[in-house]
Amino acid sequence: MNSAGARNAFDPAVLFKALFLGLVAIFVLVPLLATLLGGFKSLGELRVNPFGLPAQWEWQNYADILFSARYWQLLRNSLVISTLSVTLTLITASMAAFTFAHIRFFGSSMLLSYLTLGLLFPAATAVLPLFIKVRDLGLLDTYFGVALPQVAFSLAMSVLLLRRFFKDIPYELLEAALVDGCSYIKFFRYVTLPLSRPILATVGTITFVNSWNAYLLPLVMLNTDALYPWPLGIMVYQGEYSSEWHLILAFIMLTILPTIILFLLAQKHIVAGLTAGAVKG
Amino acid sequence: MARRIAITSPIGVAGEAAPQVAVRGPGWDGRFTVLILFLPPALLLFTLFVVLPIGEAAWYSAFNWNGFGRPTNWIGLDNYRFVLETRAFWLALRNNALIIAVSLAIQLPLALTLALMLAEKFRGAVALRMLFFMPYILAEIATGLIFSFVYDGDYGLVASIWRTFGAEPPHLLASTDTAMLAVLIVVVWKYFGFHMMLFIAALQSLDKTLVEAARIDGATRTQTLRHVVIPLLYPTIRLSVFFAIIGSLQLFDLVMPLTRGGPADSSNTMVSFLYNNGISRMRVGYGSAIGVILFAICVTFAFTYKRWFMRDE
Repeated sequence: MNSAGARNAFDPAVLFKALFLGLVAIFVLVPLLATLLGGFKSLGELRVNPFGLPAQWEWQNYADILFSARYWQLLRNSLVISTLSVTLTLITASMAAFTFAHIRFFGSSMLLSYLTLGLLFPAATAVLPLFIKVRDLGLLDTYFGVALPQVAFSLAMSVLLLRRFFKDIPYELLEAALVDGCSYIKFFRYVTLPLSRPILATVGTITFVNSWNAYLLPLVMLNTDALYPWPLGIMVYQGEYSSEWHLILAFIMLTILPTIILFLLAQKHIVAGLTAGAVKG
Repeated sequence: MARRIAITSPIGVAGEAAPQVAVRGPGWDGRFTVLILFLPPALLLFTLFVVLPIGEAAWYSAFNWNGFGRPTNWIGLDNYRFVLETRAFWLALRNNALIIAVSLAIQLPLALTLALMLAEKFRGAVALRMLFFMPYILAEIATGLIFSFVYDGDYGLVASIWRTFGAEPPHLLASTDTAMLAVLIVVVWKYFGFHMMLFIAALQSLDKTLVEAARIDGATRTQTLRHVVIPLLYPTIRLSVFFAIIGSLQLFDLVMPLTRGGPADSSNTMVSFLYNNGISRMRVGYGSAIGVILFAICVTFAFTYKRWFMRDE
């Protein structure tokens, strides 16, 4: 795209571009940095100096939280719920997607459109009946009460993504395997799944991020503090320490830290996963 | 665990029935096993937790019911009438429209501009892309809390800027005039990176030869952009609009830590209105009616939009 003429010593377009990108970068970064640094300040300093580096680094704020049982309990609850969601989504969605990809049966396209209905509306629309359903199943106030609905709502997108990938596995491969006496199920286990690691990683990452960040479902389904995932826990924390912002900021920073680390480690899958709907439409 | 069960049993069955005999072509039996083992878990979960609740919402919405015992107090369509007579409902609807307007008028052009700048390769481009995408993966709750600090009238960043100019700092989130505006800014902050990534992905899979051909034929940069690149991006733009609208209709988590929909319902979205009036007070019938209305809006929108704008995909 770059033309030879554009490499002048001074190009106003380049200057404008740099300026614009710089402004947006500041817009994004300042709230995040202020949160990070605010956690290192005392409340008094935060009031007079919310932007700059702390005059006195208060490691105590972060240390207190890191050594509290509460912080780790929140993370553990989130991890348990997210792991349940990811595992169950991957298992059920990949099995369904395999069926839709390789087996022609009466009503298969109808069932697939039935599943894709799930893409059209948010979980919130039916959250009251969902609450009553979960209650009647005796799953209220359990990890499964949160995880199972999450799996159900992530199925539509997951099945679509997985099916598209499974369909691209050459049909000759399946045919050859079947002639050699391999069953469909063995083929699924020993050929499809190992070949589909990238898309499984992508689907797993979307489900994980959604479940890790979820607020509404756990809010409705859980009553016991000891089971709260971190988004609920941090709201409770904020309620308790209403205006002790230095502590709240440190707590926020520590709870979003795992997300940021995961993002830096798995950016490729996350970006691919979260923009994956784009390709399908 | 479920997977192990699913795998072992059919292998055993197949092994006993036809040991090593290559049946002509793929046998119906194997396919049937897959069908009855692989499909039900997903369909069952989906039906139980997604489809049935929607149907039940329609049913419950005809009752005045607090969720305990069985619904008996049939009141027909009264819940819908109550919802439509509530001023807060129309405020929430207006706020959702505002979010959509801001997404279209500010967020989308911003995302597109950034994508055009960052799709080209230069040092730092990838880092900037990642930075701009980062707000999107942060939890809405955390984002909302961060910004409730930013806007805080005593300790926040905005307050500190106001004070350097010697002005009395405003409490943005506590005023009916500014609360929604404050929420809208956070919406842009959080979601523009996602739309930017959509555009970058589209730009990278664009047919470069078309752009080169236009350049060779003497089109200027701006002309190429206007008459070649942007038209090629139309499908992605339509998609981005679709996501912006659906996303706005779902917005909830972000509003809770910022304003909880207040003050005086001025920053409610449809879902936070549903939460505040239906869920938190266990008014199942009333809340279900709101849910059904929201469902109707989402589905009508999705189908109309697909029919009108995304016919060719």
